[in-house]
Amino acid sequence: MIVVQLFLDFALLSFVAFGGATALLPEMHRVVVENHHWLDDATFTHLYAIAQAAPGPNVLVVTLIGWKVAGLAGALAATTAMCLPMSIVIYLLIDRWEGFAGKRWQRAISLGVSPLAVGLIFSGATLIAQAADFGWAAWLLVVATVMANLRLKLHPLWFIAAGAALGLAGLV
Amino acid sequence: MPESQSRPDLRALFLGFSSVGLSGFGGVLPFARRMLVEERRWMTAEEFNAQLGLCQFLPGPNVINLAVVVGKRYQGLYGAIVAPLGLLAGPLAIALLLALLYDVYGSLPVAQGMLRGIAAVGCGLLLAMAWRMGMAIKEKRWFLPFSVMVVGAIAGLRWPMPWVMLAGLILSGGVAYWRLGRK
Repeated sequence: MIVVQLFLDFALLSFVAFGGATALLPEMHRVVVENHHWLDDATFTHLYAIAQAAPGPNVLVVTLIGWKVAGLAGALAATTAMCLPMSIVIYLLIDRWEGFAGKRWQRAISLGVSPLAVGLIFSGATLIAQAADFGWAAWLLVVATVMANLRLKLHPLWFIAAGAALGLAGLV
Repeated sequence: MPESQSRPDLRALFLGFSSVGLSGFGGVLPFARRMLVEERRWMTAEEFNAQLGLCQFLPGPNVINLAVVVGKRYQGLYGAIVAPLGLLAGPLAIALLLALLYDVYGSLPVAQGMLRGIAAVGCGLLLAMAWRMGMAIKEKRWFLPFSVMVVGAIAGLRWPMPWVMLAGLILSGGVAYWRLGRK
């Protein structure tokens, strides 16, 4: 059954989601688009865009993928699969956290994970660009966003609104 | 040292985290901090940082993990269920509403153009985020090669992420363990 498969796939992914749902974009694309052919490239990019435009945690993109694959049951299954396993782990571990916080192996994992997360998020960006099949105008917008985001202290919503407006005007 | 002010009940936990979920765009963690530490004063800044440690150490959506921790702290198991539900319920409903609209109007050229524009901006925001996180890494010549390897394995070769992460964690974590021992 597709909902069960969806649940198992995303539950497995939740264990490697260092850097949150954003870091999972490339793998979700691999599983959902390339392996199972549940969605096509265009739909995947659109769902990513919708999740960007909605308020809430980044995990919502998972909800939307679940919705498109298997309706409401899929949305709930995918979201639960992404959130529940680590919620249980953290519920059980939090009282012992002070016991191992700051230990050499704990700091080594934290330090070691961050370059991996950088690579995953960069991969996510290239994947969205590939799947959306950007033309030169869209690439220009990508570059402008990077520059503006790194230099100005603007709320992300302004960028989203600008992207939506430019796209609506048919310029991208 | 200021003690945290009040002890929220289940209703307060649900509503507090709902407000966090609904006000956050592009990462809700800063909003969670503002609500918990500054507005409702359920915890002090020190307490917040200490609890956030494990949430960021473990994989998964950090802010959901944080809601579980805060919920447990004040209302035990029920709190740990209600707080993340509050965080997710509102945004989930909005996202599904947008998904319904997408099902109906998604094929219109106007909608496609808009989503394309947002995707381009989203791509730029991801690149900027990766850049900032990369610049924040200390001892870049030891660790940035691992970022490059991940990009090669994930974006280039399209290898399955669980294996890449396992191998990456052993290698990168191993180097980190060694570097930490030298100081």
